[in-house]
Amino acid sequence: MVVRTELDEAEVDAIFQALSDATRRDIVTRVIVRAQSVSEVAEHYEMSFAAVQKHVAVLERAALVAKERRGREQIVHARPQAIARARRLLDDYEQLWHGRIDRMQRILDEGNA
Amino acid sequence: MAEISSTKDVDALTLTVNAEFPAASVERLWQLWADREQLQRWWGPPGYPATFTRHDFGVPGTSIYFMEGPEGDRHYGWWHFLEIAEPVRLRIEDGFGDAEGNPDPEMPAPGEFIVDFEATATGARFTIVSQFASLEQFEQLLAMGQEEGMKQAIGQIDALLADDPATP
Repeated sequence: MVVRTELDEAEVDAIFQALSDATRRDIVTRVIVRAQSVSEVAEHYEMSFAAVQKHVAVLERAALVAKERRGREQIVHARPQAIARARRLLDDYEQLWHGRIDRMQRILDEGNA
Repeated sequence: MAEISSTKDVDALTLTVNAEFPAASVERLWQLWADREQLQRWWGPPGYPATFTRHDFGVPGTSIYFMEGPEGDRHYGWWHFLEIAEPVRLRIEDGFGDAEGNPDPEMPAPGEFIVDFEATATGARFTIVSQFASLEQFEQLLAMGQEEGMKQAIGQIDALLADDPATP
């Protein structure tokens, strides 16, 4: 699967660094489904609250999540920019299929010729 | 020409592509997937032709392919057939791997797509629904497919696994 993306190298670096850890990938998946507090997130892992906070901080630096203070809690949510990226990525994937379908049509045309 | 329409659901991370082919039959469209020779002529994007070294078109069945880039770089992928209902439906899990088709745990998680075939008044069509597990899997998958991105990404993942500042 080969698709160009609009991400520049620094962004790709930051994203890969953030996602090179299974716990962090899991955190992103959870907050995409529903924004939740760091303590809620931490309940899912057998590690200290501080360790989970560190993971969240790495994701924050990569702009994959953002934290928002609500009273005494910090709510972690997926960033809207990430959704915008998803849209661009879906565009790329769509173009990939458009290209494939055009090539399919060419094969079909040869058969009819 | 084929008439193509598509819809995207950013929240659900699905892409639905509908392609209508005038004067084609469902059986003919099915052959584009079932026949290895035809399949490898359309799967790989321009500059990255696909070679299917294995194409066991059955359930359970596996296909293994590589796409060869302009510098002779080879990128291996695999399919697992989850459902083959000739000639109406295909359900395929696809992912990255090695030349033997072993999934690579350092590569993005596999995705899944379903192809539904249907006759129309003037020809035939199919609908492809691609489902991605999560944005990060999806993003990694696509970022890795950048023209130079794949090689860079693999190098970066190795380095990052060895030196991870946030590991508790």
